[in-house]
Amino acid sequence: MLITCPYCGPRDVIEFTYQGDGNRERPEPASQNFEAWNAYVYDRLNPAGDHNEIWQHSGGCRAHLRVVRNTLTHEISSVAFVRGDHGSGARRKAEDKP
Amino acid sequence: MAEYSALSLLANALKGNKDWKPAWRKPDPKASYDVIIIGGGGHGLSTAYYLAKEHGITNVAVLEKGWLGSGNVGRNTTAVRSNYLLPANTRFYEHSMKLWENLSHELNYNVMFSQRGCLNLAHTPAQFDDYARRGNAMRHLGVDAELMTPAEIKRLIPALDISSDARFPVVGGLMQRRAGTARHDAVAWGYARGADRRGVDIIENCEVTGFLRDGDRVTGVTTSRGDIRAKKVAVAVAGSTGRVMQMAGVETMPIESHVLQAFVTESLKPFIDTVVTFGMGHFYMSQSDKGGLVYGGDIDGYNSYAQRGNLPIVDEVMSEMLALFPGLARVRMLRSWGGVCDMSMDGSPIITMGPLPGMYLNCGWCYGGFKATPASGWCFAWTIAKDQPHDFNAPFTLDRFHRGLVIDDKGQGANPRLH
Repeated sequence: MLITCPYCGPRDVIEFTYQGDGNRERPEPASQNFEAWNAYVYDRLNPAGDHNEIWQHSGGCRAHLRVVRNTLTHEISSVAFVRGDHGSGARRKAEDKP
Repeated sequence: MAEYSALSLLANALKGNKDWKPAWRKPDPKASYDVIIIGGGGHGLSTAYYLAKEHGITNVAVLEKGWLGSGNVGRNTTAVRSNYLLPANTRFYEHSMKLWENLSHELNYNVMFSQRGCLNLAHTPAQFDDYARRGNAMRHLGVDAELMTPAEIKRLIPALDISSDARFPVVGGLMQRRAGTARHDAVAWGYARGADRRGVDIIENCEVTGFLRDGDRVTGVTTSRGDIRAKKVAVAVAGSTGRVMQMAGVETMPIESHVLQAFVTESLKPFIDTVVTFGMGHFYMSQSDKGGLVYGGDIDGYNSYAQRGNLPIVDEVMSEMLALFPGLARVRMLRSWGGVCDMSMDGSPIITMGPLPGMYLNCGWCYGGFKATPASGWCFAWTIAKDQPHDFNAPFTLDRFHRGLVIDDKGQGANPRLH
């Protein structure tokens, strides 16, 4: 299985670490919504077909990647940086700085 | 006279072996049944058998998408053991072990159950202590377990590298003598025949495509061979659990499907007469009666329904084998294959009523479904017949995750890839 890292190009799957299901939404850390935490920790869509998942190129550029991969054929249809999902990613906005 | 015996073998041989009956019929599906079991694997077939034998419920159909036993019951590495730490698991798997011990006799079908023992190798003193704890927990519940020293292990498995130069030196091991292996195909065929002779319809090449509903209640299934109604619909589809439950409108489950590979070498002369597991990685091996070394390791580690894996795990399993048995370096691998495992979030199974009215669910077998086959069917049949779980499977509910009552034998938390 080859995964095409947007930064490094096509690389063997052995360079990557599977981070799991990318459909889950982690509640805010202070959230006391029991159902939301339960769903995040335990519930999985587990589709037979296209699966939205997170991989890390741990043996390469170390970027976290959002991959759409078919669980029946292992065919990969898209790879993108996870940080694109969340605007400026982990960087805090200037006004948030203490 | 039993259908299969030395006398019947002789009588049929004299008649040219022309009078053997097929081991099971090929009936067309009826319009309705008391119970439909989806999935003609080991667990579905044993459920049908025990429904008929223990509870007198014979108006039962087992629906199998492919041919009988084409899934995980024919893809596992055939190990049978009951060496668990937590009481819920130990009791359940020990019940299974007791059923295994009489299975060939009960089914009048040789499942070649061989109690050759299962040895877990420890490679650090801390791991050895942990095994001592597990062994004590087992003995506390009446299961056999014994600790072995490196010298005893060397006598048992001469080919094992226990030298201090080994990559991971062996400091001891935990042995369950009553554990062993069984011929997996024979288990499926034996249960199928036993159920068929009691009146159960085993319907192959019959794919379930949806569920018939009356409000919330499940009242039957739609299949590639027409609609079939039933008072009770039982699901025992292992790796396909997610797919089948989605047909019933259950979107999420505490399960991920992962591919697990297994391997067999060319036939060798007697090399190892027990099941051995590696403690510093994930590797287990035994030798089949035909002579091939049968072995496996970890799941590939990403969601998959593909029944075939990738090369990194092949490489890892081979290197673990050579760390234990350097002498196998030039042995050729004959075949490799993959099966789809229903990995639950705590590593323990689910055998329960629901989650919809009229439905019964059996899934979450992770790596360990084969050894559970008899008890899984026995408990599932009880649950279906009596509409309540037996004590053995009462802890294995679907809502235990929601209620914080997980059965996490390895203590690894909610990560299906680690169990």
